[in-house]
Amino acid sequence: MPDRALIEADGLALGYGGPAVVEGVGFTLRAGERLALLGPNGGGKTTVLRAVLGELRPLAGELRVGARCGVVPQTERSRLDYPVSALDVATMGSLSRLPWWRRPGRRERREGLEALGRVGLEALAGETFGELSGGQRQRVLVARALVQDAGVLLMDEPFAGLDRTAAERLEALIAALASEGRGVVIATHDLGQAARWDSVLCINRRQVAVGPPAVLSREVLEATYGGEIVALPGGERAIVSPHQHDHE
Amino acid sequence: MLEPLQDTFMQRAVAEMTLLGLAAGALGCWVVLYEFSYAAESLAHAVFPGLVLAALAGVPLLLGAAPAILLAALAIALASRAPGVGRETAVAVVVTTLFGLGVLLALSPQSPPGLQSLLFGDILGPTDTDLAAAAALVVVVAVALRLLHGQLLATGFDRGSAAALGLAAGRVEAALLVLLATATVVAVQGLGNLLVVAAFVGPAATARNLSDRVGPMIAIAAATAVLAGIAGLYLSYYAGTAGGASVALAILTAYLLSLPARGLRARRAPVRARAATTIL
Repeated sequence: MPDRALIEADGLALGYGGPAVVEGVGFTLRAGERLALLGPNGGGKTTVLRAVLGELRPLAGELRVGARCGVVPQTERSRLDYPVSALDVATMGSLSRLPWWRRPGRRERREGLEALGRVGLEALAGETFGELSGGQRQRVLVARALVQDAGVLLMDEPFAGLDRTAAERLEALIAALASEGRGVVIATHDLGQAARWDSVLCINRRQVAVGPPAVLSREVLEATYGGEIVALPGGERAIVSPHQHDHE
Repeated sequence: MLEPLQDTFMQRAVAEMTLLGLAAGALGCWVVLYEFSYAAESLAHAVFPGLVLAALAGVPLLLGAAPAILLAALAIALASRAPGVGRETAVAVVVTTLFGLGVLLALSPQSPPGLQSLLFGDILGPTDTDLAAAAALVVVVAVALRLLHGQLLATGFDRGSAAALGLAAGRVEAALLVLLATATVVAVQGLGNLLVVAAFVGPAATARNLSDRVGPMIAIAAATAVLAGIAGLYLSYYAGTAGGASVALAILTAYLLSLPARGLRARRAPVRARAATTIL
């Protein structure tokens, strides 16, 4: 069933004990769909991802998640000095299926190796994770989600810091994952990429818009990012939030 | 070379040091990887009043150390909840208070002389109970680390994604701290209140310099702790220096000797990463 709903959210309000940090969020992610999650830093993107993962209970509204979720965090936040290989990291995906006392064995490592093959990194399985390039690290974490057999991948700004070649390779991988019927949610600042995907969800403390990329009008973008719009060469529009300058 | 081993007390000291080295070296790798070194030092200091009270009451030191460490953990948990007080501040306040209390008790005029030796341990004179406790500790640490290996590895690598992998990061860290507290209670009597942390942190830091994977790191750390520990005992035997301090000195020497290896690996890493980028 190619259009099976994997995530359904309706009227969500989310927060961390105090008042809601983002509210009015409603969207559906279907199998095979790539959803761009757009918004300024601090606008609630990560909060929405955490709710989907089940780490936050909604303050209001409904959230149904009908698939196992794998997370692909920004690798700058993980421990680059940690003594693990790419294969070790990919194999960690098997822990969600193993009882707590079992460590991943030969079978799980074979699955890890296969997943690394899927993301084009089989040859680097034995390399230390922290010594890989940014794009390679992202793909190792995608492999970890594949070992986990995740129906939904939640990616938190996976293109940050990647050069053009690495970004293109990662985007092709995301397209391949979606074509297998997985849902992919990608928090991003890149409007050009978002326009190529299936749908967009714009949030800035509240939901601004949701739908196909065509909803990204100037008004929606201003409401999402608070106003600073820059035109890119070639007529593309992009919006830079002050935080993003700081971030980069 | 074998002459010191003719003495029964040295045989017992080497046995105690080997057992403690195996446990502290292996467990220490996770302490270092989880950046719990400060917690390790704090736990050791926090048991001091318990050790003093046990010595004053004439009961086995283990009976004083175990409740003291529980009390310290509880006090730290409570102090961390006070508004505006971070975890590190709470640990510092609780530990210095407990350590100060222990010193007050040990140095009061009513206390019998010799209690100060609790600060520096008595690795040269382990009792049968000490040896049995150390052997039990090796078994507990080996079994626990084997069972928890996958969870420790994944949680330490990426705590933020642990829940998505079905892991309870808080429980994994709590299990590690309980193991650390148990090991501290057993090891503190031999290695001393001030120096026990050297056995947890030093061999693991040495092994980290020599290895890029956790499995070999644990093996190297355990071997380093045992060998440096025995070297320290020999130093103590021949030079007449304090046992615990000699062991700490030997561990520090091992760490210093391992530093060039880290430099070499750091220089090699960018070359490897460039090569990897070229392949793909």
